[in-house]
Amino acid sequence: MVVLAVVAIIAQRWIPTALAMLAVVVLAYFLAGIRAKTLWLQLRPMLLMSTFIAVLHALSSNWRLAVVVPATILTLVLLAALVTLTTRTTDLVDVIVRLTKPLKRFGVEPERVGLTLLLGIRCVPLLSGIAGQVREAQLARCGIFDVRAFAVPLIVAAIREADAIGEALVARGFDD
Amino acid sequence: MTHLPTTTPDATAQPSAIPIIIDHVGHIFDVGTPRAHQVLTDITLKLDERRVGIIGHNGSGKSTLIRMLDGLIQPTSGHISVAGHDTVRDAKIVRRHTGFIFTEPDHQIIMPTVREDVAFSLRRSGLDKATIATKVDAMLVRFGLTDSAEKPAHLLSGGQKQLLALAAVLINAPTLLLADEPTTLLDIRNAQMFSDLICELPQTIIMSTHQLALLRDFERVVVFHCGQVVADGSPAEAKAHYLHLMETTSE
Amino acid sequence: MSVTVTPVSNSARRLSARDLALAAVFAGVTAALGFIPPIYLPFSPVPVTAQTLGVMLAGAVLGAKLGFVSQLLFQTLVIIGLPLLSGGRGGLAVLSGATVGFFVAFSLSALLIGWVTTHLNNTYQWWKGVIIHLVFGLLFVDVLGVAGMMLIAKLTLGKAIIAGVLPYLIGDVLKAVIAALIAHGVHRAYPGLLK
Repeated sequence: MVVLAVVAIIAQRWIPTALAMLAVVVLAYFLAGIRAKTLWLQLRPMLLMSTFIAVLHALSSNWRLAVVVPATILTLVLLAALVTLTTRTTDLVDVIVRLTKPLKRFGVEPERVGLTLLLGIRCVPLLSGIAGQVREAQLARCGIFDVRAFAVPLIVAAIREADAIGEALVARGFDD
Repeated sequence: MTHLPTTTPDATAQPSAIPIIIDHVGHIFDVGTPRAHQVLTDITLKLDERRVGIIGHNGSGKSTLIRMLDGLIQPTSGHISVAGHDTVRDAKIVRRHTGFIFTEPDHQIIMPTVREDVAFSLRRSGLDKATIATKVDAMLVRFGLTDSAEKPAHLLSGGQKQLLALAAVLINAPTLLLADEPTTLLDIRNAQMFSDLICELPQTIIMSTHQLALLRDFERVVVFHCGQVVADGSPAEAKAHYLHLMETTSE
Repeated sequence: MSVTVTPVSNSARRLSARDLALAAVFAGVTAALGFIPPIYLPFSPVPVTAQTLGVMLAGAVLGAKLGFVSQLLFQTLVIIGLPLLSGGRGGLAVLSGATVGFFVAFSLSALLIGWVTTHLNNTYQWWKGVIIHLVFGLLFVDVLGVAGMMLIAKLTLGKAIIAGVLPYLIGDVLKAVIAALIAHGVHRAYPGLLK
């Protein structure tokens, strides 16, 4: 992975090699058995920005940069996304925990880091659910969507939620 | 320092109740601020039964009291001891032998998946990974959660979430189970099932609820009103007093 | 019901259970705001997302330490692959894209907003909040963002500003104001959060 990334950065000096690298990474997706649709989902958010960058370089008639820069960015993004797609989230949490071990001397506790990450993962659907409820309640009352009337109750509910979760963490022996 | 007795799952004889002494306990929220208000006033109770119910209106102080028994809230006056341990000074010892079921299971489910959440309870047990996995599996089988083991917790139904919360608490083999309105968010059928389930447990149980029917087989029911104990006796006596209270305070 | 389990203490090195819960929940808030469908404003070619509102609010509501930890947690969740950035982006890929500077700024921005809010705006006044958000939630973030674009997309300063700052400017200024109004409302509803 790292080797490919380094090669991609060297390859960005010439148009053919940069495009070849992009092709290699796309090929790697198919070798990893990832469907075209998943690949497209990774590419889609990048397209607007890449096109924009290409146009800006083309405007100053720097054709090499107009091709090479978006191609290299797409190559690196797809390469990084490949790691994420082929590794389980819990394994990546373990990697983070291992990476924080040298920080022990600064008072960082790797185990707590891991638990906090997992708690964070757990909070995503929890908060999305609360956001949905607050939004419904607000639409029912006002009929229109108003960011402020949405966000104040959301944040207040979030703080209440944190109080309750903090209490449950203590009850379940988190601080022991 | 004496430790609380531990229950063994295969105990056939009913274990004796965990004695709880609540000695002149009061609690003022946000004490010392303009928002200060009294939630409990001079409560003295000696609980020595295996099944104790607590009923009362919202804001009567029952949630505060039940949290105090686990050291989650500290009394602003008086003392509480659970099996001889002070809930303030020895909070960690008390909590190690106590399980707490909250009203909203989402608050106490900490880990992303069902299996991880049950295993979380054992992370300080000193057991090796294989033993933990075996214990977790057994617990999941016991509560019918095996098929959901790898599921994200937020995809469970309300009833299943409360079962998961209970499984995660019981895996630590607590001797005392505190439950604060554990069935309020469940439908009637699930509420009955859940309360039947906990009533069969060997643990000493202190449970607060609004569903009086669930306390039918309890040995003792205490009625709270405005931070004070207004009735204390059999489920029938407590229920009569509570219904009377509802009539007299409804105007 | 409100329960005080453990008092928030800034002197203690170790975060309490409630602190960790606050950080995790606010990481969730930033994620949840990213799920709101983007709004298209007149005069602007790009959609406005609510996500960076979460960054400003984390700092303005929680203060420096917890604001920073919460957004660092959010960033880490994104990096390990959760598709939480608005538009469903996530994974190591965000670190190699042209917008990496804006992403890196999340936790640092919350840290600065939190510190300045605690020290200069403790009795929350919304107009002060707006200024703090404009400086540390907008200017600071854009400096990092533009630097990232110049480095990775090989754009000149002017072009990086055209690509990464100008289209979002109206939306960002609006968010700075809205975040201050929200923080004002939250601090009134929940006094004592900033210690």
